[in-house]
Amino acid sequence: MKDERPRTKERVKVTLWTLIVPPTTWAAHFLFSYLWAAISCAKVGKFATFPTLFVVGTVIALIVIAASGWIAWRQSRVPGDAPPHQDSTDVDRLRFLAVSTMLLAGLSFVAVIYTALPVVFIGNCR
Amino acid sequence: MRWQREATGTRVRLRRLAATAILLITGCNRHQSALAPFGAEADDTLSLTIVLASGAAVIALGVVLLVWNASRAREHALSESGGLRLVLWAGAIFPTVVLTVLLLFALPAMRPLPESDADLRIQVEGEQFWWRVRYAPPGAAPLMAANEVRVPVGRTVVFELTATDVIHSFWIPGLAGKMDMIPGRTNQLVVRATKPGTFRGVCTEFCGLSHALMAFDVIAMEPAAFDAWLAEARRTERASSGRGAQAFDRRGCGACHAIAGTPHHAVIGPDLTHYSERLTLGAGILEPTVANTAAFIRDPSAFKPGARMPAYAAMPQAEAEAIARYLKGAP
Ligand code: HEC
Ligand SMILES: [Cu+2]
Repeated sequence: MKDERPRTKERVKVTLWTLIVPPTTWAAHFLFSYLWAAISCAKVGKFATFPTLFVVGTVIALIVIAASGWIAWRQSRVPGDAPPHQDSTDVDRLRFLAVSTMLLAGLSFVAVIYTALPVVFIGNCR
Repeated sequence: MRWQREATGTRVRLRRLAATAILLITGCNRHQSALAPFGAEADDTLSLTIVLASGAAVIALGVVLLVWNASRAREHALSESGGLRLVLWAGAIFPTVVLTVLLLFALPAMRPLPESDADLRIQVEGEQFWWRVRYAPPGAAPLMAANEVRVPVGRTVVFELTATDVIHSFWIPGLAGKMDMIPGRTNQLVVRATKPGTFRGVCTEFCGLSHALMAFDVIAMEPAAFDAWLAEARRTERASSGRGAQAFDRRGCGACHAIAGTPHHAVIGPDLTHYSERLTLGAGILEPTVANTAAFIRDPSAFKPGARMPAYAAMPQAEAEAIARYLKGAP
C-alpha cells in the first residue's frame, strides 16, 4: 500500500523561521568562537593544534546553514516568473522567502568560515 | 579684465595645490613612517598595504569601466538575466574569492613572531607624558632608562608594555604595529629590527593634554654595538659632587628622579642617569641642549602642558644651567 503522507521534502516549507536560521547560526557561532577563544586563553594560554570542540562547533554551524540553504534551494525551484518575487501570491511569497534564505545561507556559510580561519592561522593568544 | 581674473584664479588654485602637496609631503619621512620599515613586521605590513592598494585600484578601475560601458550601451543591448548574472559573479562570487585569498594572505602575517626565554625583554611603561624603559637581558642585570629605546638588529626583542595612569599606546611605525599600554595589564609585542638607524616612536592613544608631545627615540644598533652599549650603560655612575649635582640635590629633584652613583633612586620621573646620551629632551620634543634643558627645568609646562613635573620659576638661570650641564655629563 502506498504511503499517504507527503515525503519530508514536500512537508518542510520555508517560512520566516527558516529565513532567520542561517544568520542566527552565524551569530551563535560568532559568540561561541569568542567564548571558546577567551576560555582557552584564560585556562590554557594557547589554542590546541587540533581544537576538537571548536572544530565540532564550526562543523555543526556549517551543517545547519547548509541544510537550510538546501531546503531553500529546493523550494526556490517552485515554478513561477523571474524575480523580483513581489506579488502577493502564495508562489511569490514562497519563492521570495526561498531566494532570501538561500542568499543568507550563502553569506552565513562564508562568514562562519571567515570567523574560524584565524584560529587555524594564528593559534596564539597574544 | 576677464582673462586676467581667470589667470589669477588659476594661479591661486595652483598655489593651493602646492600648499596641500607640501603638507602631504611633510608626512613622508624616513624616521617615523610605516612606509620606511626597519623591522620584520613593518616589512610585512608594507607589502600587504601595497597589494591591497593596487588591488583596490584595479577593482575601482574595473567598476568605472563597467559603468562607462553600461551607460554607453545601446538601448536593449543589455539583458536583465545578463545583469543578474553579473551581480552574482561580480557582486558575490568574485568578492568572496578575493576576500578569502586576502584573508589567507594576511592571517599568517598577523601571527606574532616566535619568541623564547632567551630573548631580550624590554619593559616599557607609558606615563603622562613620558616612557619608563627597563632592559631585562636574559641572565644579566637589568638597566633602567627613559624616553629612548635601543634594539639590536637581527635579534628578536620582546616588548612588555603596560601603563601606570591611563591608557597609552606604543607605536614605532617603522618597526611593527601598535600595541596598547593598559594599566594593570601587560601586553607583549615581539619585534625584530632589520636595519640599523635612528627612528622615532609615538603614543597613539589620547592620554591627556600633552599626548601629542609624548614620543621617543628608537635606535636600532648592530648586535655587538648594542651589547657593548648595554654593558657600559649598566656600569655608568654619575658624580654626586660639583655645583650642578649639589643644586640637583638641594632642589629636591631626587624626590622624583634617579641618577646612578648618587643617593637618588626615585622612580616618579624619568631616570636621568643617561640623560647626556639622549637624542631629545622631554620625550622626543626638544633638542637636549644645555639652554633647552635649563629652560625645561625652570618651567616644564611651558613646553609640555600638564607635565607632571613642578616648575622652578624662582630658580636663577645660572643654577638651572649648572644642573643642565651636570645632567649633560659635566663633572
Ligand atoms: C614631582 C616629581 C618631579 C620633580 C620634583 C622633578 N621632576 Fe623632573 N620630571 C618629572 C616628570 C614626571 C618628568 C617627565 C615630564 C614629561 O616629559 O612629561 C620630568 C622630566 C624631567 C627632565 C626631562 C627628562 C627627559 O628624559 O627628557 C629633566 C631634565 C628633569 N625632569 C629635571 C629635573 C630637575 C633638574 C629637577 C629639580 C630641579 C626635577 N626634574 C624635579 C618629575 C619631577
Ligand atoms: Cu600617552
